[in-house]
Amino acid sequence: MLAYITRRLLATIPVMAMVAVVVFAILRLTPGDPAAIIAGDDATTEQLEKIRQTMGLDKPIPLQLVQWVYQLLQGDLGVSLLSGAPVLGMIADRMGPSLALAFGTIVVTVSVAIPLGIVAAWKQGRMLDRAVMTFSVLGFSVPTFVVAYLLIYYLSIKMGWFPVQGYKPLSDGFWPFAQRLVLPVLALSGVYVALIARITRSSIIEVMGEDFIRTARAKGATERVVLMRHALRNAAVPILTIIGIGIASLISGVVVTESVFNLPGLGRLVVEAVLARDYPVIQGLILLFSFFYIFINLVVDVLYPIFDPRIRY
Amino acid sequence: MSVKFDRVAVFGAFKVGAALSLASLISLPASAQTITAVMQSGLRVMDPVVSTAFMTRDHGYMIYDTLLGINEKFEIKPQMAEKWEVSTDQKTYTFILREGLKWHDGAPVTSEDCVASIKRWSEKDSTGQVLMTMVSEIKVVDGKSFQVILKEPTTLLLESLAKLSSRPAFIMPKRIADTPSSEPIKEYVGSGPFKFVDSEFKPGLKVVYEKNKDYVPRSDAASWTAGGKVVNVDRVQWLAMPDQMTPVNALINGEIDYIQQVPFDLLPMLENKSDINVEVLDKLGSWTYFRFNHLHPPFDNKLVRQAAMNAVGQEDVLKTLVGNPKYSRTCPSVFGCDTPYADAYGQDVVVPSNIEKAKELLKEAKYDGTPVVVLHPTDIAMLSAQPVVIASALRKAGFKVDLKTMDWQTVVTQQGNQKPASEGGWNIFSTYSTLATSGDPFGNTTVASNGKKAWAGWPDVPEIEKLRLDFARATDPAERKKITAQIQKLAIDEGVVAPLGQFSVPAAYSKKLTGVLPSPVTLFWNIKKAEK
Repeated sequence: MLAYITRRLLATIPVMAMVAVVVFAILRLTPGDPAAIIAGDDATTEQLEKIRQTMGLDKPIPLQLVQWVYQLLQGDLGVSLLSGAPVLGMIADRMGPSLALAFGTIVVTVSVAIPLGIVAAWKQGRMLDRAVMTFSVLGFSVPTFVVAYLLIYYLSIKMGWFPVQGYKPLSDGFWPFAQRLVLPVLALSGVYVALIARITRSSIIEVMGEDFIRTARAKGATERVVLMRHALRNAAVPILTIIGIGIASLISGVVVTESVFNLPGLGRLVVEAVLARDYPVIQGLILLFSFFYIFINLVVDVLYPIFDPRIRY
Repeated sequence: MSVKFDRVAVFGAFKVGAALSLASLISLPASAQTITAVMQSGLRVMDPVVSTAFMTRDHGYMIYDTLLGINEKFEIKPQMAEKWEVSTDQKTYTFILREGLKWHDGAPVTSEDCVASIKRWSEKDSTGQVLMTMVSEIKVVDGKSFQVILKEPTTLLLESLAKLSSRPAFIMPKRIADTPSSEPIKEYVGSGPFKFVDSEFKPGLKVVYEKNKDYVPRSDAASWTAGGKVVNVDRVQWLAMPDQMTPVNALINGEIDYIQQVPFDLLPMLENKSDINVEVLDKLGSWTYFRFNHLHPPFDNKLVRQAAMNAVGQEDVLKTLVGNPKYSRTCPSVFGCDTPYADAYGQDVVVPSNIEKAKELLKEAKYDGTPVVVLHPTDIAMLSAQPVVIASALRKAGFKVDLKTMDWQTVVTQQGNQKPASEGGWNIFSTYSTLATSGDPFGNTTVASNGKKAWAGWPDVPEIEKLRLDFARATDPAERKKITAQIQKLAIDEGVVAPLGQFSVPAAYSKKLTGVLPSPVTLFWNIKKAEK
């Protein structure tokens, strides 16, 4: 297992190097110019050229790539072209809200979706199953921002229970931290609960038709034991995969939720950086996200044998 | 080990604790208040000389001061300057600084700082560049005064030093102003009414300013950027919220105090709230317009430009963009209506949509069906409506239109592309500017017509360039008005820029705030905040 993990970790290096080069190339091919953003739309060509020189954007692209890679090897992601702030510091600042939102959403999702999926599978074809599946379709269909606005309207503006927006770090106290996360987590959980409940249900239904379930029943196991000990454990692999993908996309791609609730997370930073063509920030973020995806996939792969002993590395 | 509680001692300790808590509450300054404002976007670029972004300009007004200010009557008043003296030949201006001006690091403001700041600013600013061609020398007289010696008399000196937007002549310490104008400054020390709190700055998200307790405001009443900049709160924090609904909800819920710009479609949510004011603070407002690429067919033909101007109607644009006549008006003037140089010439060409006239002109111009590429940015609400209306009107008139969708930054980059549309160039783009920046022939870069050196569109109308220089030299207001009227006529006849109408975006703020100043730029001095 250790050799497998080491091999996988080493494999991240060429993958990330490839991601770095591709992202660097795509950004330079995208129309748009950070110098134009700084100078304003009435800047003359001469003024733009001077700013480009100051930023080093006038140098040949391969040279810019070599300089960036050299910086990376020294652990330096560079500085934002717009604000001059170090990219690493900007990412570190934005990491907290994204991790808190992702963690909160996954906890709520797993605690709600897996029991719902099990119940739906257990009561397959009955009212309860239909109710869960109806909820699931709704969860998929209603956009997150609509759920978010409804939650804000009823729970913040009408009831006054939660703030409309903002983020406080845990260091400011647990309640201020949690109070600002409740609504975004609820808004975001809907779609993930729907997804994971469906996967759980279908995986369990599939497993329930297997021979070993019939054997378990034949030897007198109760339905609860059959479901929880035999079916769920064997259905865990696809559920675990979906949870892993969910975590990775939650950290990098919840722009709408972060925007509606004014959470200063990584998703917003990506959009801001792309719209402003802030190359070093985009490059730093894409590298980080690719690392997240690789790391979470590795964790999920490492967890498989725990649930399914047939899997060996 | 056992611990015995002495009730008297415990009660005594409680009393001491309560007294300390109370004392700490009482010792808080009565005005320990923060104004939380949501601005139109996040602050990222900090140098108001390098960038013309409005956020950067507004940041400049917080931490820097200007030598001169301008009030709501368009009168130029001394601000950092105590006064200025003019020689009898009108060529030498001596500026004398006020007593008590200090940088945020405690050092005194000197005339050397002013000279260095004006020089750096004039390298970048379009008006400053013209001004410098008329200046023979700027020299320090002593620590508190300096002279500007002109080659010929001009009022452009005072006007540009009092310029409101978009690149005001902010005064910085000499060591900072000595930074080359192509490089952004890295230290943010001013002498303005607020200090920048570096430790709390989150680029694009949050900026915090604290009251500059050493600031000595003028004694006269505040009006626009002139008069006393009296700060009545301890802190002002600016937040950026990407979803426009969020600040509206946050203001209703009492989490913020001020929204710089409320989108028109969300105004009904705030207009009937008893504890919220909705008010147009920038009474001058903004104007929207479109530009032709004069270098290539079909708009290298004046008749085709006129056809397009006749086809597009301002009412149609304003209905789509604003949708509320309370906040918009038609206006043919390239210097804006309700401004000193407003002029009605071209009313019949640019205000109504006259498709028949456009068809006639196209026929006369022998338009051959060359496709017209219209750039269409979709990521900024204030810019996405105009191209759609323009394209629709042009199609009705008989143009073949290719509406190209992109983000605003791509439009900005495309603007500089002088190639024909068939090779990746463009034919029409539209945008908007505040009238604070567009009210005269120098601030308004859209009327510059010096061919390939002009702003995107590259109109070549030497008569306009001559008139702009005449304007710089003219000192009589009546003569200047005459010159701007001639520029207006040429700009419309030659299709230099096509006005699409004017609009004002209201601000909204909690009724806890009083003394919010109407101004074309966003100002936070003079504001008081009530506890409840």
